[in-house]
Amino acid sequence: MTTRSFGAPVTRNEDARLLSGRALFVDDVELPGMIYAAFLRSNVAHARIKSIDVAEARARDGVVAVYTAQDLGDYWAPGPLLVPPPPIKDITFNQRTQVPLAKDKVRHVGEPLAVVLAETRYLAEDALSDIALDLEPLPAVVDLEKALADTSACVHDGVRGNLAALVRQSRGNYAAARARADRIIGRRFLYDHGASSPIETRGVVASWDDRAARLTVWDTTQAPVFLRNGLAGMLGLSERQVRVIAPFVGGGFGPKIMLFYPEEVVIPWAAMKLNRPVKWIEDRLEHFFATTHERGQTHDAEIALSADGRILGVKDIFLHDTGAYNPYGLTVPINSQCTLLGPYVIPNYDSTFRAIFTNKPIVTPYRGAGRQHGVFVIERLLDIAARELNIDRAEIRRRNLIPPEAFPYNNEIIYQDFAPLSYDSGNYEPILDKALEMIGYHHFLAEEQPRLRAQGRHVGIGVVCYVEGTGIGPYEGAKVQVQNNGKVSIATGIGTQGQGHFTVFAQVAADQLGVSVRDIDIVTGDTDQFYWGAGTFASRGAVVAGNAVNEAAKVVRQKILKLAAEHFECAEEDLEIADGKVSVVGVPGQSVKLGELAVRANPMRGAVKPGTEPGLESTQYFGPSGGATASGVHAMIVEVDPQTFTLEVLKYVVVHDCGTVINPLILAGQIHGGVAQGVGNAFYEQLVFDEEGQLLNASLADYLLPTSLEAPRTEIGHTVTPSPLNPLGVKGAGEAGAIPVGPLFAQAIEDALELAERKIELNEIPLSPTRLFELASLQQ
Amino acid sequence: MTTETHDIAVTVNGKVYKRTVEGRLLLSDFIRHDLLLAGTHVGCEHGVCGACTILFDGVAARSCLMFAAQADGHSLETVEGLAPDPEHLHPLQEAMRDCHGLQCGYCTPGILMTMKAFLEETASPDEAQVREALSGNLCRCTGYQHIVDAVLLAAERWRR
Repeated sequence: MTTRSFGAPVTRNEDARLLSGRALFVDDVELPGMIYAAFLRSNVAHARIKSIDVAEARARDGVVAVYTAQDLGDYWAPGPLLVPPPPIKDITFNQRTQVPLAKDKVRHVGEPLAVVLAETRYLAEDALSDIALDLEPLPAVVDLEKALADTSACVHDGVRGNLAALVRQSRGNYAAARARADRIIGRRFLYDHGASSPIETRGVVASWDDRAARLTVWDTTQAPVFLRNGLAGMLGLSERQVRVIAPFVGGGFGPKIMLFYPEEVVIPWAAMKLNRPVKWIEDRLEHFFATTHERGQTHDAEIALSADGRILGVKDIFLHDTGAYNPYGLTVPINSQCTLLGPYVIPNYDSTFRAIFTNKPIVTPYRGAGRQHGVFVIERLLDIAARELNIDRAEIRRRNLIPPEAFPYNNEIIYQDFAPLSYDSGNYEPILDKALEMIGYHHFLAEEQPRLRAQGRHVGIGVVCYVEGTGIGPYEGAKVQVQNNGKVSIATGIGTQGQGHFTVFAQVAADQLGVSVRDIDIVTGDTDQFYWGAGTFASRGAVVAGNAVNEAAKVVRQKILKLAAEHFECAEEDLEIADGKVSVVGVPGQSVKLGELAVRANPMRGAVKPGTEPGLESTQYFGPSGGATASGVHAMIVEVDPQTFTLEVLKYVVVHDCGTVINPLILAGQIHGGVAQGVGNAFYEQLVFDEEGQLLNASLADYLLPTSLEAPRTEIGHTVTPSPLNPLGVKGAGEAGAIPVGPLFAQAIEDALELAERKIELNEIPLSPTRLFELASLQQ
Repeated sequence: MTTETHDIAVTVNGKVYKRTVEGRLLLSDFIRHDLLLAGTHVGCEHGVCGACTILFDGVAARSCLMFAAQADGHSLETVEGLAPDPEHLHPLQEAMRDCHGLQCGYCTPGILMTMKAFLEETASPDEAQVREALSGNLCRCTGYQHIVDAVLLAAERWRR
């Protein structure tokens, strides 16, 4: 028997290509006759466009074309609403989506106004300086509270108070809970998330084949199928005429799931119009403006508790910055609203948010997708409650955890996937116990911390809990096919950005089909190879596409057994599949290779039984009835330098439950990477806008991504509570590392600097050495 | 604008390339788009991320901060030159695979070249030294932990 590969730390199929420089990324596509695009972008946040004169640019040698919004004609249209608002009662939602090139107004710095197409990228950029642009600046809408005032400028004419959305969701009766509470704690929390900053920026290459009447687009997208469908519709083509390829993509983290970015819409159109291949590759400066961010929310939150620390209810009112347009609907603030409830029993909840248009780049999901904001609020409230009620921080969390017998646990509000927020399964207390044990919580507080403090060192500990809604629908599919050479090919519609799909999907199929993981080739993100699908987002690839692979592999297994049984004239039960062949159990030498069976399954001549399908292949789809809820606890010991306020993470522990584990090596990588992004969010990364909507730190020298010196070594523990919502029992893990790091830093740093004794609270993220210095120096 | 051109001869991975280039052509663009050695990646074009790192006469250097003309007469190594042949990987590449030191793989070529130069100078590094040497290369996927493990493993295998 071959060794079972599902669950094993298998090294990756895709690595040899990536390590030797042979993997294809979008900017590696080179086509004969290709021309290059550069976009003229607004350098102010809010202005009326008085005129754009491109005559001089068009006249420059080497320039092929220059287009503005006027040149797009009927093709010019605002982008589609990608995610409609969930069916929540009495919702206000004002849809304003981005446009391909700005026509009357510009609404954020970096919004594209014109595109130059030239023989080289250098020439295209030269020609940008030839364009005469006359903009009449308008007051910029930057601050969330000021934006709501009647006197504020309007990002969109006709949207007074810049109100993009108003949503209230509640369960139980908060007012009644408050009335009987022993303790009420209210605070304002500020949580700013940043730019996902994949090392590969975005890029699009489009090529129109006039003879075949087909368009091919290589795009750094997380959702090739939807891009194909959308482009076909916009360009007046049928879907079969458009092939979108998301080749190897150099990190996504959310903003590459945003669709119909202006460049994605303009480049294919220009390729068709000029009948020449066109390449556009975003540079890093553009990336800071032209690719979507996450950003800030302001929460005014209140928790009602009993004297023994039980949560009776939470009320939260928050403002959400949605940027200049809202194509992604309400996903981010709904996630904040829902994930605030965390792993706790919160019987009464009243949450209202306003999403606000500002003259800043568009906000769409970035790893965590608003969950961080909600987790920060509840975790900080519990920290303050623990202090005021004189209960240990870990203990107040334990007292409020949803008990294992309460699953499935329905929170009674609507989640981002339009379904009620219901947790499929979970067992939270063992996760907390394991994390406390791994970090040495009680020992640290009782012995280590007093000892180190006596030496004058500022060390603190933190422990936070969270849940993560993962693996949402609608569906994904997979086609599994045994090739004539005995290898197995699997195609799925999702794209890949480093998650290890070429390996984990192979692991899922390998055990069913009795072949080595190395003999399974995976195709992702090519709409000609697999037609249907939604995309890689919301920690759903392994859950949804993984289960589709499993279902298809099961069917192919049955086909193999059936054909082999006919071949050997025996019962299927007498056969085993292993090592790439089917053998008759107990009869040495009686075996047939899978490749031979594949040939046999596609006869060139002769008759087959009516109803016979050719080949050893199957296409199956999987759509879960709801998302799978993963959970975890992060704990950290940190030392703060009281002079410089720089940090050293002395120990970092993640205990995580994402159901059945497919590949612990890849899972660890996902968690490490998430934690590093969480650390950046908590202490290093901040998008700094001035009051005119200018981003002041739009370079990697000024927007500080964690390096190998800031990202801590992370110890990982697992518990396993399989999801009942899919046959593999898996839950997503892509965002788990990133979600709870903000409140963990706030709690541990407060502890290290003994800020509570001085009535100083860290109720904002990101922190930084400078901000910590300011806050810790406050006189109370 | 007048475009001044230069005739240059550059050795890359042992092979001599003769080309005529504009004075302003970046070395990174020259390697990727003129020589079609697309394994060298470009992440920021302002010398911070390190994805475009190559070896310039054996020294790790950022190809986005140099002009192609500056490479005239010099010897470069890129990621394509690391493995001894298509069937085998360099020990550093093998260790990266074994430790899951890459996810999307975009920053990986720059990290491989930086770490190759580092290990040639530092045969027995400890973790702190590896982290220091790695700190000029940004990776957004891995959190660096598995890369550090890979470099330590490669050093150990190299010593044997």
